[in-house]
Amino acid sequence: MSWVTAFLGWLAEFFGDGANWTGSDGIPARLLEHLEFSALALALAVLVAVPLGLAIGHTGRGGMLVVVAANLARALPTLGLLVMFVLLLGASSIWPVIIPLVLLAVPPILVNTYEGIKGVDPELRDAAYGMGLRGGQVLGRVLVPVALPLILLGCRLSAIQVVATTTVAAYTGLGGLGRYVIDGFATKDYASVVGGSVLIVLFALFVQAVFALVQRVTVSPGVSRRLNIR
Amino acid sequence: MITFDAVTKRYPDGTVAVDDLSFEAPTGEITVLVGPSGCGKTTSLRMINRMIDASEGRILLDGVPVQGIDPPTLRRGIGYVIQQAGLFPHRKIVDNIATVPYLLGWDRKKARTRAMELLERVGLDPALAGRYPFQLSGGQQQRVGVARALAADPPVLLMDEPFSAVDPIVRTSLQDELLRLQSELNKTIVFVTHDIDEAIKLGDQVAVLRVGGRLAQLADPKTLLAEPADDFVREFLGHDRGIRRLQFVSTEGLRLRTDLTVPEGSEGGSPEPWLLVVDGDGRPVGWRAAARPGELEPYGTFVRGRDSMRAALDAALLSPSGCSVAVDEQGKVVGVATREALDEALAEAVHG
Amino acid sequence: MGDGPPSLWEWFGRNWDTGRADSIRTLLTDHVTMSLVPVVLALVVALPLGLACARWRWLYQPTSGLMNVVYALPSLPVFMLMISVTGLSQTTVIVPLAFYGVAVLIPAVVDGLDSVPDHVRQSAVAMGFTPLRRLLAVELPIAAPVVLAGLRVVAVSSISLVSVGALIGQGGLGGLFTRAYQNPFMPPVIVGIVLVVALALVADGLLVLAQRLLTPWVRARKEAAS
Repeated sequence: MSWVTAFLGWLAEFFGDGANWTGSDGIPARLLEHLEFSALALALAVLVAVPLGLAIGHTGRGGMLVVVAANLARALPTLGLLVMFVLLLGASSIWPVIIPLVLLAVPPILVNTYEGIKGVDPELRDAAYGMGLRGGQVLGRVLVPVALPLILLGCRLSAIQVVATTTVAAYTGLGGLGRYVIDGFATKDYASVVGGSVLIVLFALFVQAVFALVQRVTVSPGVSRRLNIR
Repeated sequence: MITFDAVTKRYPDGTVAVDDLSFEAPTGEITVLVGPSGCGKTTSLRMINRMIDASEGRILLDGVPVQGIDPPTLRRGIGYVIQQAGLFPHRKIVDNIATVPYLLGWDRKKARTRAMELLERVGLDPALAGRYPFQLSGGQQQRVGVARALAADPPVLLMDEPFSAVDPIVRTSLQDELLRLQSELNKTIVFVTHDIDEAIKLGDQVAVLRVGGRLAQLADPKTLLAEPADDFVREFLGHDRGIRRLQFVSTEGLRLRTDLTVPEGSEGGSPEPWLLVVDGDGRPVGWRAAARPGELEPYGTFVRGRDSMRAALDAALLSPSGCSVAVDEQGKVVGVATREALDEALAEAVHG
Repeated sequence: MGDGPPSLWEWFGRNWDTGRADSIRTLLTDHVTMSLVPVVLALVVALPLGLACARWRWLYQPTSGLMNVVYALPSLPVFMLMISVTGLSQTTVIVPLAFYGVAVLIPAVVDGLDSVPDHVRQSAVAMGFTPLRRLLAVELPIAAPVVLAGLRVVAVSSISLVSVGALIGQGGLGGLFTRAYQNPFMPPVIVGIVLVVALALVADGLLVLAQRLLTPWVRARKEAAS
């Protein structure tokens, strides 16, 4: 297994090099960039997709459109979209890259929020209105808490997507951990490629863990039916 | 009092769900709307709290047209119980019950105290307060549904097939519980069901609706069974209407014989073909036939005054003696209703 | 027309079949291979694993946890890490895509088998089906719509993800995107996006068709219901 040795060698070289831990292209700075870009894109996507999904799920209007659009969005090649936006808008700021990131992050949140709200038992909606909750109260106090697992699933799928696409976006000049991979590959610096890749994978797993935690904290045990409660 | 004044519900596609319906649901009584599916009973109920708006006519709540009241405000003053209870899965039982008090702005502590009180009132263990709905059985959830509807002490309660999703044994106990609660609370209740037996058991008055949303008959259960207005109502009431009528005939006046009981262990002849053996506390042990004094035959009992003629007749049919044993609330024998006595009472029931 | 930059159609026509390795036709064929193989591989692997998870429930929790992790791994770093094992070949792209496919399909197979109504399974047992016959003749056909829905997701995602492989020189139509970026020029991007999306739609359409042919009762039931 010669590649294992090589692999470990590259990891040692990358993480052992003190220069890789400082400066604007050091690991902490790149990690922070990756976090910033991903968080920014995800936050914008949430701001767009959650209210829209709630409105569509609550009123029941435009549902088909959401499902079709989400399926179509899955077919879009991320690299193509990134290159297209950079060619169209130039590479003077991060926005030509952030826009496609947001575009790709919207559909999973939108469709899951919509499905989540739409899927709430009609009896529950009926009971809520019947007890005198107003439209907004029904949405906020009943539908959202009950649909929360699906809404969060949508956000998690989008986060996975965003972390991955932020990496690819390094190709079109964006900072972040993808730089190690793209630049390393271009210059045949395999220590950088392997080290960067491992960092990105760890980062993605960290994001996954954060979502699992958020889910645990925010979803009512009555909805998740978690055991081990009184 | 709830008044339906020539209420019609017509949908945009032309379907008429409720057709020119007029009746009154008197204060403090249970009015049951019953009928086959498609008779508009649920639609009628839902027009009271404006879950559906009437197309024509007026619905009055103590003389005030509901159409003029903002729906959420109206609904907070009306208890609403539905089939699957519709409990909020993300809230603990105590908070589910306190939903309307919270909406009305009660402080948290007062709302929760009230919720705990209701939990006991509907016959649930207070330990359930901290559970979530999925941890409760269907029957328990339905009790919570009733407690939730009562939380803000509304004068009116709307119940839409609340007990139809639970098994027959639980259903019976929920029905008994409702009658017990109602005897304490005296709410104005409108209750929808497709089950005529449930209607007859619960209703102070029963409105039978026919498909197309027209009122076929409005009467108290006894009258309904005795004098169905037409063939539709007769058919809807079902086959053993006569037997069921006996439910409303009291056993108070039933002639009882007290000379047919003998203590356990006693022997000796008697001209009677059957004698009832009782134990030292006066409770029945079994029937002894004159022909086979060594054996005891089964017996059936009814509580005199509390149980109906239907129960008395049923008890007679359970025993080869053909007699029915009348007991008091403690189960002690107060007498025996013979075939002759039952015959007399039945004849009276038919004519009276 | 010879002076300005070529129009989209002109560019497409000129590059469709140049006979070189970067002609659109070759890229398209590569793209189909690199996205189709992982889908087939994923199905072949996921079906027995899914069956096992449905049969031995305790397997499902850890398996689905692992699959969640696999699904969360970003493609580019995984391709890069694969290079040290499989070199700069199509396999480097195909293997990770197959893993993503498995991650989506195992839950689909389990959910599909869960969708078999218990009374149907019981009556098959009562009629004397052997477990294998029951699986093949009763359970799998009923599970098929759910599995095929998963397969549609896998096919479409694979087709779009292959393009990322262009960053290691193995991306099928994705090669058009890198070419367009290195020598800033729009037509290859447009052609690439359109072809990738078209390919995805064709694959999706074929699977929908397959679903109709394999499970005619689903459609009949829907029509009867409406």
